[in-house]
Amino acid sequence: MTNEIFKEYSKQLPGKIIDEVKASVPKNITKAKLKAIFKEIVEEYDSMNVAPGECVGLVSAESIGEPGTQMTLNTFHFAGVSEMNVTMGLPRIIEILDCSKSPSTPMMEIHLKSPLNKGTGIKEFAEKIKETKLKECLKEISVNIGNSTLEISLDKNKLKILRVTSAKIVKALNTSLKGYGVRETNDLIIIKPRGKEDTVFNLFKTKEKIKGMYVSGVKGITQVLPVKKGDEYIIVTAGSNLKVILELEGIDPVNTTSNDIREVATVLGIEAVRELILAEVSKVIDVQGLNVDIRHIMLVADTMTISGNVKGITRYGVVSEKSSVLARASFETPLKHIMTAAISGERDTLNSVVENVMLNQMIPIGSGLPKLTYGK
Amino acid sequence: MTEVYLNGKYVGDVENPQEFVDHVVTERRKNVLTNNLNVLYNEERGEIFVEAGRGRLRRPLIIVKDGKPLLTEKHVMQLEKKELTWGDLVKQGIIEYLDALEEESAYVAFTEDELTPEHTHMDISPLVQMGVCSSLVPFGDHNQSTRLNAGSKNQKQALGLYIANYLIRMDMDVNLLQSPQVPLVRTIMHDIAEYDRHPSGQNLIVAVMSYKGYNMEDATVLNKGSIERGLGRSTYYRPSVAEELRYSGGLIDTVGVPDKEVKGYKTEKDYRFLEEDGIIYPGAAVAEGDVIIGKSSPPRFLSSMDEYNLASNLRRESSVTLKHGEKGVIDFVLITENEEGNKLVQVRIRDPRIPEVGDKFTSRHGQKGVVGIIVNHTDMPFSASGIVPDLIFSPHGIPSRMTIAHLLELVSGKMGALGGRHIDGTTFDAEKEEDIRKELLSLGFRENGTEAMYNGMTGEKFNARIYIGNMYYMKLKHMVANKLHSRARGPIQLLTRQPTEGRAKEGGLRLGEMEKDTFVAHGASLLLKERFDSDRTIVPVCETCGIIAVKDEFKNRHFCPICGDDTEITNIELAYAFKLILDEFKSLCIYPKLELKSKY
Repeated sequence: MTNEIFKEYSKQLPGKIIDEVKASVPKNITKAKLKAIFKEIVEEYDSMNVAPGECVGLVSAESIGEPGTQMTLNTFHFAGVSEMNVTMGLPRIIEILDCSKSPSTPMMEIHLKSPLNKGTGIKEFAEKIKETKLKECLKEISVNIGNSTLEISLDKNKLKILRVTSAKIVKALNTSLKGYGVRETNDLIIIKPRGKEDTVFNLFKTKEKIKGMYVSGVKGITQVLPVKKGDEYIIVTAGSNLKVILELEGIDPVNTTSNDIREVATVLGIEAVRELILAEVSKVIDVQGLNVDIRHIMLVADTMTISGNVKGITRYGVVSEKSSVLARASFETPLKHIMTAAISGERDTLNSVVENVMLNQMIPIGSGLPKLTYGK
Repeated sequence: MTEVYLNGKYVGDVENPQEFVDHVVTERRKNVLTNNLNVLYNEERGEIFVEAGRGRLRRPLIIVKDGKPLLTEKHVMQLEKKELTWGDLVKQGIIEYLDALEEESAYVAFTEDELTPEHTHMDISPLVQMGVCSSLVPFGDHNQSTRLNAGSKNQKQALGLYIANYLIRMDMDVNLLQSPQVPLVRTIMHDIAEYDRHPSGQNLIVAVMSYKGYNMEDATVLNKGSIERGLGRSTYYRPSVAEELRYSGGLIDTVGVPDKEVKGYKTEKDYRFLEEDGIIYPGAAVAEGDVIIGKSSPPRFLSSMDEYNLASNLRRESSVTLKHGEKGVIDFVLITENEEGNKLVQVRIRDPRIPEVGDKFTSRHGQKGVVGIIVNHTDMPFSASGIVPDLIFSPHGIPSRMTIAHLLELVSGKMGALGGRHIDGTTFDAEKEEDIRKELLSLGFRENGTEAMYNGMTGEKFNARIYIGNMYYMKLKHMVANKLHSRARGPIQLLTRQPTEGRAKEGGLRLGEMEKDTFVAHGASLLLKERFDSDRTIVPVCETCGIIAVKDEFKNRHFCPICGDDTEITNIELAYAFKLILDEFKSLCIYPKLELKSKY
């Protein structure tokens, strides 16, 4: 009975909305009530429609750009977490939209499964994740000039926390150091060059090198901080390594996020990137107490991800996709664009705004879009 | 062992660094060593720096020993009697100069009250931390520092008597205030700088209230009666210069009324003020376009063959004319020679400037504003005793800027005017607010400076008491007469055929990239096109090769430089700047081919 009404409105409304209504109204709803509901929905839907020729891109640009001018430049903000420095404000927005290769402050929010999310054993877990270098579990490292050896004494307490044995470190040293013999005595690890004696200068060099040797944890995670968010415990990290973290035992891979756009693109795919851009840009704007309609940011996120690869709003990214030579040339590096266009003999069909402004022609937007013709 | 560096160069080591430094300081104070020497012992780095070079900023401080300054009352008395000079105090080791380096080791007291035995020096006066200009702001210690900065900056732009021999000078852009007054509320710097000999403002009666919205957003309301009595009148002087330049081949410019044959001859009317020598006479009232100095130059690019050519032998007109928007009276004419011995003519134009809507006025506290309206004396509010303000200042300028000194100056000025005396408003050392209030009360006025006032137009009494008093106001050099500009049509640039830029060239007002975006965002396509139509041109285009064709005006026909006559040629409409870029492409060997098709 009500099916007719659903069918009737499926011409006016997208299927998703029809399905949503179907799911949320009671089964035994009367025809009149359903009709009234649909009338309201259609009205709302129509008022949200954008007219053909409306310049949505520019409106988005202005809607994000204008509040952007009020943003305090270069704010280094503590995003609600103590002692974790995160790039916020305009620099962060620029970073996201330019889609730079390495964000200045990569970060992860690792959500956890029970019992870790209740806070039990979270400290140890966090410590295990953190990338530890040899210099962090050292008591002392010295050059013994007399014997021409390096002597390492390890911090036993630190090793206990990390659950690393000194034997493991010796093994790691053996594989990373070529041409050196590594030997463990009761308290010291002694590194001796094989064959002839090494110069003191070389020994110092080796000493500095092995200080940065990877010992345990997840590579790239430089800082960990267990915090309570809502009523569960999560781990906030500085540095990001989604690929490894997501495969760890005990974490909740569905809610775990990273703020590194490129990394998310390779690990989780393009849809995740779109969501990430949306979330990150809105976060910055919200922190500044500004109000930008989410749809403007959505449009930006869509243009950046529509090709299936992430493209920044730069001359190498989105702008290079423009079909018009003149439009590309008017953005940045005009000479380069004109030269390549001249070599390949490009054709500009004058379909968008900038070219037509340059030629002083009517722009195909708004009142310039409809064309009139007359019969003979 | 501590290393010693003299003027940044290593000179040796000392065993006892502290002893060494102390010794240097005592010897300097005894005037054995030059007082141009400063020393610092950096214990952390184990280094002693001795500096005696040039280019160090130093400041004088009173030396303190055991919590007591060496400068005593006796010294001050002697100074007053001129028995002692500043130089004597320095020589006697009572005052010494410290540079930024030695300041590191000094512990300086701000005032005498806060002296402890640990202090090594004391400021001569707290005022010395400020420069000449910021010391000119009265009650500066009651202002936010940014306002103090703004206040002293504004004073530099104030009109006044900048120099006394202005009549025989030919300075550019000179403004003189007609009847400057000495400020009622003064600081010590007014005495030191002999401000009374070159004042740059006037004591106005200021009421703090709103006036029909004409003083919102920092605007001020002026009393027309006050202006007619001479408030803020100034004179603007500007010299024009003409030289008889010499060119190669013995040719020379000539100052004189140009012949009618001269290339670029204006109308006879334009030369009407010139006397026989080609120079205007003092007293002539000139306006835009009038010639001040008649001059003609020899023809340009003269080759040997052209000497026999009559047409190219014509001299060029190069007179000095009044530019767009200028007017005035010829004040002074000077005929002399320049360094090369060529004739040099300078003519000074004088233009009286009466305050008008848009002129900028300021108090001494960074409270600058533009005149919003000039009100008839009869329409201004008045007090019970018949006092009418010269200027109405908006109360909204006070809370966010926190210029308390502005308010203090207002009551103090009122007290000064009523008591017939100057008020001392020296920063950190001003007359006490309570005393001024008490004195005001004793004269029968309300101690807080407010008065009952009446609406000038209706005669009704205002519900609120109005804060009214005297303030020192200055007219700033930014006057609308020098800035007012508008254009509908006008000159264009030769290269791009777009409108020229700037007021002096009667330029257009640029509709920039972001302004363009607003039109696009509204979808106002045709409006946008119309706005950018300023360099519109009709260009013939060859349909075969897509290159801009040529129109032969004599034969009235088109042809293409590549395809010749036998081709279809169509006129299209383009921005001239785009035609220009096409030409530039061609000069770079890039072939910009236009493909035409019907728009519809």
